[in-house]
Amino acid sequence: MDIHEYQAKEILQSFGVTIPRGGIVYSPETAENKAREIGGSKWVVKAQIHSGARGKAGGVIVCNSPLEVAQATDKLLGKKLVTNQTGPEGKIVNRIYIEEATDIEKELYLGLVFDRASESIMVVASTEGGMSVEEIAKEKPDSIIRSKIEVAVGIQSFQARELAFGLGIEPELIRRASETIMGCAKAFSELDATMVEVNPLVISKQKQILALDCKMSFDNNAMFRRDKVSELRDKTQEDEKEVYASDRGLNYVSLEGNIGNIINGAGLAMASMDMIKLAGGEPANFLDVGGGATPEKIVKAFRLITMDKKVKVILVNIFAGINRCDWVAEGIVQALEKIEINVPLVIRLAGTNVEKGNKILRDSKLNYIEANTLEDAANKAVAALK
Amino acid sequence: MAVIIEKNTKILIQGFTGKMGTFHAEEMIKYGSNVVGGVTPGKGGQKHLDRPVFNTVKDAVKHTGATASILFVPPAFAADSAMEAADAGIKTCVAIVDGIPSHDMIRIKRYMRRYSKNEKMTLVGPNCAGIISPGKAMLGIMPGHIYKEGRVGIISRSGTLGYEAAEQMKNLGIGISTSVGIGGDPINGSSFRDIIEKFETDDETDAILMIGEIGGPQEVAAGEFAKENMKKPVIGYIAGLTAPKGRVMGHAGAIVSAYGESAIEKVEILKECGVIISKNPSVMGDTVKSVLEKI
Repeated sequence: MDIHEYQAKEILQSFGVTIPRGGIVYSPETAENKAREIGGSKWVVKAQIHSGARGKAGGVIVCNSPLEVAQATDKLLGKKLVTNQTGPEGKIVNRIYIEEATDIEKELYLGLVFDRASESIMVVASTEGGMSVEEIAKEKPDSIIRSKIEVAVGIQSFQARELAFGLGIEPELIRRASETIMGCAKAFSELDATMVEVNPLVISKQKQILALDCKMSFDNNAMFRRDKVSELRDKTQEDEKEVYASDRGLNYVSLEGNIGNIINGAGLAMASMDMIKLAGGEPANFLDVGGGATPEKIVKAFRLITMDKKVKVILVNIFAGINRCDWVAEGIVQALEKIEINVPLVIRLAGTNVEKGNKILRDSKLNYIEANTLEDAANKAVAALK
Repeated sequence: MAVIIEKNTKILIQGFTGKMGTFHAEEMIKYGSNVVGGVTPGKGGQKHLDRPVFNTVKDAVKHTGATASILFVPPAFAADSAMEAADAGIKTCVAIVDGIPSHDMIRIKRYMRRYSKNEKMTLVGPNCAGIISPGKAMLGIMPGHIYKEGRVGIISRSGTLGYEAAEQMKNLGIGISTSVGIGGDPINGSSFRDIIEKFETDDETDAILMIGEIGGPQEVAAGEFAKENMKKPVIGYIAGLTAPKGRVMGHAGAIVSAYGESAIEKVEILKECGVIISKNPSVMGDTVKSVLEKI
């Protein structure tokens, strides 16, 4: 689960990280007041969407008066921002963060991620702040320093110090820099985060160490014990169909193609999508109804797929194990008594009682194309497009 | 001997009396697995499916001599149950459960470092289908009858894609020595490398089919291990050619976040390691067949 920049900043502040003065607003009127409240003579108006690279997309505006702050807020609110991470549809701006401008002396990068190879938390830092970590890795790989956190004891002061010295931070600021790094690491460990990124982490001309932009992501599987974090979810930042799916216990990812598919199991779903691609088609989605493929889930899956207007063919691929093909077939027949489908439907069943399952489908009034193997299913789905 | 489990391996069900635990315990018993009892804290002393229920894994191990267990406990309690099994001397623990927090998985793995190599429990999963050695025993939730007895080892992240492979092989008359589902989570108990290493020394296995997917470094690590250390052929398939970068594809671990984690990149690296690639998921069985013909 992702959260907004301002939410990540509030969290990190509570772990001892210093952030510039700022506040969240939802209208141009309050923006003007907020700017006065913050004080100073220069402000930054930042669109809050779940994406990086907002600056390049016009989502960050520097202002020199409270009036300009109000105008910038008015310009951004309700807009859809398209960045290189949002996809062509973009993401809607409903919240604006107003922040005092910072006199930057130096920009650094600080990130924490799960390192799957070492199965630990890895701190990644670089003197080349402001660029994405991918760009840093490509263009300035030598600037990257890493430190592995032993989860049993958490980050140690010496590790934070080593990182701070490694970043070339001047001696009198080492202590603040170390506290900042340790605060981020504690937030990561204590809140079930999967990613914390402060980019840039800046040293200001006034010799403050400030988190200028922050991103945090959390483990969905741990939200049952993180009530406060899960309240920060902003569904307006997620794909409408993906929200519908996750509310109904389906694993769904919206894609660009036109062959909708309903599959049981994540691996088989990816494999079926691969077959569609190899057959010359493009999948409209990833959808895993769960290994069991219960009739309830199948109904929900058909409702979801038929919501997607770009779908021109539906491919159902179920490998039934303990749940038997005859039972799955009955579920499909029942589902399609409730939901009308106006596009060709290809069904491939495999596994336990496959003959019985296919017979139930053939004997029903269902208008569909029967397929036997994965390849056959993909070929027939692509052929049905024409 | 079969890798990991044998015909008479004594099995405990953790979360025995719950709906899931009961259903799958019955399936395992039907298959012929030696289920000797189970654990549900607070229900010790009762009988369930004609077998004793214990309050703790230690009690259960003491009274039954069990060496394997399978977890059917909710995700919030799964880490605790896995560590309880490790501490009670269980040698093989399969965690079926989907949804264990990643931070908990790291904790389990660190906790297990306290045991010496010989004492250490093999944890398989979480978020997996479990282990089956056809004709011998099943410690999992797979449909046992689709697995024909034979001499090919399967390792798969995905449950249903593993079933797909087993059925393709069965239709070609190819049997399986052991199939291990290692699960779709980012951090899991046993990696591809851990299991192919076991297959290499298993005298009942001639070749290994490794079914991976996008995300993480594990498939490549296994490929590199195979290149250096293995004599038996390894066949591989990587799912997720069409998966967009940065999106989680159902499995929590199926996300491309670094170089070498996409399907195309993994396939390239595995080829360089000498792994024979199944060019699509429909020909996993055919690819295994052609490899077996050359042995």
